Amino acid sequence: MDKLDMEVLSGKLDAELIKKDFPVLSNSANNAPLVYLDSGASAQMPQSVIDRINHYHQYEHANIHRGVYELSEQATISYESVRSTVARFLNVTDTAEVIFTKGTTHAINLVAHAFGRTFIRAGDEIVISHMEHHSNIVPWQQLCEEVGATLKIIPISDVGELDLEEYRRLLSDRTKIIAVTHVSNVLGTINPIKEMVALAHAKDIPVLVDGAQGAPHMKVDLQDLDCDFYIFSGHKVCGPTGIGILYGKRDWLERMNPYEGGGDMILSVTFEKTTYAEIPSKFEAGTPPIASAIGLGEAIKYLESIGLENIENHEKVLTQYATEALSDISGLTVYGTAPQKAGVISFGVQGVHPHDMATLLSDDGVAVRAGHHCAQPVMQRYKVPATTRASFYLYNTLDDIDKLVDSVRSAKKIFS
Amino acid sequence: MYQEVILDHCKKPRNWGQVQNATHKAEGINPLCGDRICVSMNVVDEKIEDIQYEGESCAICMASGSMMTAKVKGKACTEAIDLTEQFRVLTTEAENKEEPAGFGSLAVFSGIRDLPSRVKCALLPWHTLIAAINSQSEISTEGDKDPVPGSGTQK
Repeated sequence: MDKLDMEVLSGKLDAELIKKDFPVLSNSANNAPLVYLDSGASAQMPQSVIDRINHYHQYEHANIHRGVYELSEQATISYESVRSTVARFLNVTDTAEVIFTKGTTHAINLVAHAFGRTFIRAGDEIVISHMEHHSNIVPWQQLCEEVGATLKIIPISDVGELDLEEYRRLLSDRTKIIAVTHVSNVLGTINPIKEMVALAHAKDIPVLVDGAQGAPHMKVDLQDLDCDFYIFSGHKVCGPTGIGILYGKRDWLERMNPYEGGGDMILSVTFEKTTYAEIPSKFEAGTPPIASAIGLGEAIKYLESIGLENIENHEKVLTQYATEALSDISGLTVYGTAPQKAGVISFGVQGVHPHDMATLLSDDGVAVRAGHHCAQPVMQRYKVPATTRASFYLYNTLDDIDKLVDSVRSAKKIFS
Repeated sequence: MYQEVILDHCKKPRNWGQVQNATHKAEGINPLCGDRICVSMNVVDEKIEDIQYEGESCAICMASGSMMTAKVKGKACTEAIDLTEQFRVLTTEAENKEEPAGFGSLAVFSGIRDLPSRVKCALLPWHTLIAAINSQSEISTEGDKDPVPGSGTQK
């Protein structure tokens, strides 16, 4: 398929126009226009989000909850209204099921701690997959060591899909939770979450979904997916850092012990006994990152104004175009070729170390990531020390991909 | 950074391999890149009679290792330690520092200052050399064995 056809396919979303909403993207890098292909690590913020955060700092800041003066009441309203925005974004009805966290890592640790210490005992099993980010491995490993539980791993195929037959076999009456990523941050694979949740629920096992690479790139309907926990980060959905979301089903959240103790998460405190607040406050100890939460709300509104379906479609076009163009380069291997794939391409070029590749691309203004992408087991699975990864978002254009491909070709030439 | 001299050493690394019956030997690893190199030496009367290195690494590390072995071969251990310190200054400290005299083609590595995330790649062979001299079996660019802590993590 040629470039013109691709542009037609991507028709509902004008990435050139969208790019203008993002001030960082009009900057240059190494005297070349910045080609930002690292949104999988962190997305850029549009002007509207930057303005909203500034406005909060300039005119609206006060600590939330319990302030009886107008400024604090307004800050509380702004902060709490983001809960409704997130609930709409994820298609859930009960806003108390939306908990603000510091990010995806914090949220997974929260569940591993609060759910784990409430429900998981020696001899129990926790099922994760071979394609998890370290943040969905290490907290569970720590839990296993502490309580004497065992970690079970769903294997992945050569193209980068989960082995669902093996997944079925791993589910037993010892399995207490499944923690799996929605989309692999290295391979791009979109996992069949709905099917996996149904299989788990048939055995009364709850499922946590790491949505860090899912929520930014597609419409997430939690009533449809039916998972028990869904987690994502603000800075990967065009919001600021320091804020993330944990969605949890009310029934689980109410039965879980708190993770952190402190202000805002209590009903009453005496030296003899503390009673905890209801959800969501029970899991939000201390002053939260108020400005970041408000920025996240604005970011979600921005994405919704473009349309998540349009973003998903646009990234499919970019991914297909990039995969075809990169695959034309001899000696280049793409890791992760699942049919259901998001806008992430990890690759290696024979004779060029991924770090040298990333440095040479940077000389041309092309920003990609190189390394193990906090997913060392994936590197071990494909027997590579590292990969170079390009990841796409709504503001990337087919021209960006052309520049990536040209730059990869010249890097290869330098080492030939 | 990828100048002819670096590419040349990268494609044809000098002193590649392992010294037989080495008196001193160390492994250097950079878990972030997955780099792993081995430096082996024959030290007689505190002098590096023979030195070889091998491993899997990026071009910066590979060229740095090749040039390091060429530079320190035949030198006293104390001299090799001094050279390592000079190389560290060359690659990490502000540009107004004078480049050490007699560094020759190694001076090309001053360019790595502009690439802070890659400094560890250039330093790894030198730190592995020091580990070998000190009869340490392994060094890592991460954690408590990190000779340059705090310069670079990744997501």
